[in-house]
Amino acid sequence: MDVFTSALSLLMDWQVLIGLLIGSIGGVIIGAIPGVGAAVAIAILLPATFALPPLVGLVMLLGIYGSSMYGGALPAVLINTPGTAVNALTTYDGYPMTQNGEARRAVALAYSASFFGGIFSIVCLILLAPLLAKIAPHFGSREIFLAALLGIILVVLAHRGQIFAAGMLAAFGIFLQTVGLEPITYSRQFTFGQTWLTSGVDLIVVVLGLFALSQAFLLLTQPDETPKIESVSGSMLSGLKELWVFKRVATVSSGFGVLMGMIPGVGEFTAQFMSYTYAQKTSKTPELFGKGAPEGLIASEAANNAVPAAAMIPLLALGIPGEALTAMMLSVFYVHNVIPGPQLFQNDMPFVMALYIALLVLNVIVLIFLMFSTNMLTRIIEIPTRLIGVAILLLGFVGVYSLRNSITDCAIAAGFGVFGVILKRLNLPIVPIILGMVLGGIMETKLRSAMPRVKTPLDMIDRPIAMIIFAMILLVIGLHIRTLVREWRNPPQDVDTDIHLTQGGE
Amino acid sequence: MTRLKGLQELFKRYRRPGDIVFAWAFLAFSLFLLSQLGTQAPWKSGGKTFTQPAFWPTISVVMMALFATLHLLSSALSPRIMGRWSEVLQWARTLEYAGWFMAYVFVVPQLGYLGTTMLFAVLLSLRAGYRDWRVLGSMAAMGIVIVVVFKSFLQVKIPGGAVYEILPTGVRAFMLTYF
Repeated sequence: MDVFTSALSLLMDWQVLIGLLIGSIGGVIIGAIPGVGAAVAIAILLPATFALPPLVGLVMLLGIYGSSMYGGALPAVLINTPGTAVNALTTYDGYPMTQNGEARRAVALAYSASFFGGIFSIVCLILLAPLLAKIAPHFGSREIFLAALLGIILVVLAHRGQIFAAGMLAAFGIFLQTVGLEPITYSRQFTFGQTWLTSGVDLIVVVLGLFALSQAFLLLTQPDETPKIESVSGSMLSGLKELWVFKRVATVSSGFGVLMGMIPGVGEFTAQFMSYTYAQKTSKTPELFGKGAPEGLIASEAANNAVPAAAMIPLLALGIPGEALTAMMLSVFYVHNVIPGPQLFQNDMPFVMALYIALLVLNVIVLIFLMFSTNMLTRIIEIPTRLIGVAILLLGFVGVYSLRNSITDCAIAAGFGVFGVILKRLNLPIVPIILGMVLGGIMETKLRSAMPRVKTPLDMIDRPIAMIIFAMILLVIGLHIRTLVREWRNPPQDVDTDIHLTQGGE
Repeated sequence: MTRLKGLQELFKRYRRPGDIVFAWAFLAFSLFLLSQLGTQAPWKSGGKTFTQPAFWPTISVVMMALFATLHLLSSALSPRIMGRWSEVLQWARTLEYAGWFMAYVFVVPQLGYLGTTMLFAVLLSLRAGYRDWRVLGSMAAMGIVIVVVFKSFLQVKIPGGAVYEILPTGVRAFMLTYF
């Protein structure tokens, strides 16, 4: 109870409340605009939040992360264009509902399912907190190294159909973080005698290039689009009542969201896929899926909104980000010298609890905002895509240049912007580069600090948690090999994966 | 023979135009890095393998080369969709906007953040094909909002423009702090 009271007092600061409000509402608006997503917004705002107190900066970014998917559901339902990448599955049933004249019902259900998923996952997170606080201290260097290794393996294997590309890009990410002056013998690695490479390649510069600038370049070089949307009239509250009819699907989907969110490298898409499959298999009208089934819409939205809170678990408890957005948030922690991991749970539980409560409050703010602003948001969606590209380009500059006023950083970011365009157009994943950089750094540090206690390779896994994680690594690889053998014996007929599910957070 | 066919099927995937150009370029880049390992990340004599400074660069570059080879192989074995070079041309078109971005970076320290942002908001809108003065005015206003939010309100570190030096002392200090 003391922890809860202390957490509340941390949140009762006007700066924190304003940060939360801006993040929540800003996130919905950003999510609603196709072509701009939470990743672009967080990348741009990241350096600006460094000047703010840590909790203010984090709740603002958390607000954007948690609320963008609410906004993203709106164009997915109304114009068949997902606002953020993770709303893609929402179009399957949301848009047919709009075509059937049920736009208001679909939007109301999407909001309600998102709210349910968000709240469900935060309740799970709060209930799990005491358990996490007990387990987290048992994670030493060896366990964190193995968990980061598991994260990298999962990131690569999660990109079905693109595993080789994901592998080479994850390795590229690991390589990028090794460039520059290494901290042990102070020798220069892969600098080719260039002084501008001595300080290495900054994660935020890469993130801004790959997510923000690449999106600006892409929008500016593609044909201009101006979506036209009809207004939605009627109460949005009816969705909450209707959700009660589909409470089983909503609960199971949120459960999948929580589980998949907790596992590094897996995230929204797998959770949605599992939820949608479950909803279809257990439905009395499976033939309606893809043609306007409310259960399909609920499965998609409840699952994706349950992920952000769950994704905070590996980040806060172990300091391991599971996807690109939490990887960006990790840098906010580092800048303020707040190191997420077991120590944070032991020494600063009110801070952790304050983040949980902030997540809870943001879901309420967003739902209230959406009840009154849906038609205003439909006007924002109509902004031409090239003008959005201009705005992202100008905002991208603030992000990169304000870091350290370096023209070199800007040039590197522009280079990664072009690289990001190529990857996006080729439908190749971007997230493995970011996670490679972050998890590569964690693996390097933790392996080095674990070495003094490791005499033989078996010492690496002689503790229970290390043994369990190692077993999970073997299991994941084993399951993948089994799938490959099955595919070898019975080659899949359809190898077309045009809708790439992993450009997370675009 | 059937098994070999099955193995080929494992490598097949959906491949967009230009994929093989990227696959070759990435493999060439990886092999170049691999060839530089000896000089750019040399192995130090003595010391444990895992604590060697060159350990992670070596692991990452070897993995890059390995996966890039497999990616190229899978690209070569997958059905081709025509339009390779027009796609490469499309990539090259983005260089123009990278150039616009760098021009913006170079002009800010000269003209100041406010003036440059308004100017580039209008110029880029013109480049995007907009001629309506209401759109251009809205974009210039958006430039002002960006500067007010980030420089005036959030106080991000962006230096004042050289042009501010010609302003009267009081106005200069104001402009340097807020715009």
